[in-house]
Amino acid sequence: MSKYLLKRLVLSVVTVWAVITITFALMHSIPGDPFKSESKMPPQVYQNLLSQYGLDKPVTEQYVIYLGNLLQGDLGASMKSRVETVNDMVERGFPVSAQLGAQALLIAIVFGPALGSLAALYQNKFPDYLSMIIAIIGISVPSFIMGTVLIQFVARNVGFFPIGGWGTWQHSLLPSFALALMPLATMARLMRSSMLEVLGQDYIKTAKSKGIKKSAVILKHAVRNAILPVISILGTTISNLLVGSFVIEKIFGIPGLGRFFVQSISNRDYTLIMGTTIFYAIILIIMLFIVDVAYMFIDPRIKLVKEGR
Amino acid sequence: MKADTNLRPELFERAEKDNKNADKIKRPTIKYWPDVWRRLNHNKLAMLGLVLIILMGIMSFLGTEISGYTYFEQNLSMRNIDPGSEFWFGSDELGRDMFTRVWYGARYSLAIGIIAAFIDFLIGVLYGGIAGIASRRVDSIMMRVAEVIYSIPYLLIVILLSVVLSREGGGTSMFVLILAMSLTGWVPMAILVRGQVLQLKESEYSLASESLGATKGWILKKHIFPNTLGPILVNVTLTIPRAIFAEATLGFLGLGLQAPKSSLGTLANDGLAGLAVGNAYQIIIPAILISLIMFSFNVLGDGLRDALDPRLRK
Repeated sequence: MSKYLLKRLVLSVVTVWAVITITFALMHSIPGDPFKSESKMPPQVYQNLLSQYGLDKPVTEQYVIYLGNLLQGDLGASMKSRVETVNDMVERGFPVSAQLGAQALLIAIVFGPALGSLAALYQNKFPDYLSMIIAIIGISVPSFIMGTVLIQFVARNVGFFPIGGWGTWQHSLLPSFALALMPLATMARLMRSSMLEVLGQDYIKTAKSKGIKKSAVILKHAVRNAILPVISILGTTISNLLVGSFVIEKIFGIPGLGRFFVQSISNRDYTLIMGTTIFYAIILIIMLFIVDVAYMFIDPRIKLVKEGR
Repeated sequence: MKADTNLRPELFERAEKDNKNADKIKRPTIKYWPDVWRRLNHNKLAMLGLVLIILMGIMSFLGTEISGYTYFEQNLSMRNIDPGSEFWFGSDELGRDMFTRVWYGARYSLAIGIIAAFIDFLIGVLYGGIAGIASRRVDSIMMRVAEVIYSIPYLLIVILLSVVLSREGGGTSMFVLILAMSLTGWVPMAILVRGQVLQLKESEYSLASESLGATKGWILKKHIFPNTLGPILVNVTLTIPRAIFAEATLGFLGLGLQAPKSSLGTLANDGLAGLAVGNAYQIIIPAILISLIMFSFNVLGDGLRDALDPRLRK
């Protein structure tokens, strides 16, 4: 088991390094430099700017410096905002994004498997159809559309929900829900098929014939086993939530990291793009690692499968 | 009436004993693909998806021709007109006909989705296939590379590539969008194909074939390739909505085609501005179309998966 852990850790570190290198290479392959557009600049100022951001050095040296800075937790400076560094923006935006993401994940994890189990227990009856309609809507409607619909039809009409912005917990309800719907739907569908498979297993029959209460059979024997595939997609889910947050934060006007990222794209603020991308990638790879390791502890069978290949 | 219990010999008929035709198959054999098609036909939701895809495909070409407007024609005296007889889907902020623009956008979105999925399919099958039949060491290296690429979030890298590859202020061209999606999008397909090939290579019938003297190429052609086709088809069907979704998200984030060209994502992005001033239809119509496309491909893919799964065979 520790061998697998080590292998997984090495792979994660390699992936982080690959992301950093790819991002760095991509950003430096753009012709010209970020200050070329400000053409009215005196040559001396231009030179000073270049040396301030270290752009007058050879690319390989810049790469080494950048890696060194990253190791010390320095994500670099922003080219457009001369006051705030990328670290400042991450510090300001990430807690907001993290709260939004965590709430959405919580909604998805609670309601997705619940809907899926309900659908499987009442297969081809009303609860099944209802859950699957919700699931199909969740998969078909992109979050940016769900967000707009919620603003237009819910927030505009129900005074309880603010139309946008951030601050109180009411602010976070609609965006969390809009963000949660797609993973919720995916989980519900996965849970339904996995639950149907489990319910047909012999050990369910055994449990029933032992005379265990129906609720106990469902909770202790069926759900516990059926939820494993749902846990295995948690990594992908977190990754989807992250990208979804770019869009949701834009629509709802939430001052999170996602909005900084989107702004940095439209401003062509390359260092900020680079810094946030790397930050996102590191967070995600850590999450994937945690999910994988947790899964190994939850499901002892996975060890055999992973080592068997 | 009492039943006749008197069993006379003439009540019996001699059963014809025919050894020659005993093992003859009476019913016509249904080949694999017609059988899949038959089962798909029974799945109403999947068929609805298929019909919608065909309809939207036709409309994406026909729809731009029948309203009498072009997608770029501006009519500043008729801005933001609600849907009605003049403009079927209303007009946008610059007085352009939304009906034409929406179908024009759908054409781009569908084209991007299908082409990106096709490229993913080509690279994925090639890469996965090679990894599957290559030696253990080559396979191991190829899969580690794929795993590293796979761990990088898909949309993040697509966004990054679109930023780098598009010129400032020039919008993102269709070529760039497809390139950005394909650079990392092939990995799931490669992992799938490689897994299938490995599994089929170890299967009993491949072994049987090999022990009968079949060459590797023959086994590949006759046993492995036809059996991977099903899962590949399902994967392609589900890759298309992923690519369309990615394109729509990029368009919404301002990394889409440059106006007056449009895709459903850029239309939704434009519509968001319209929403703020009360022209909700400008975002709702593209939104419905995106959702319909996603819905259709997803249910078709699910239906195909069920139809191809021999365990669900009745």
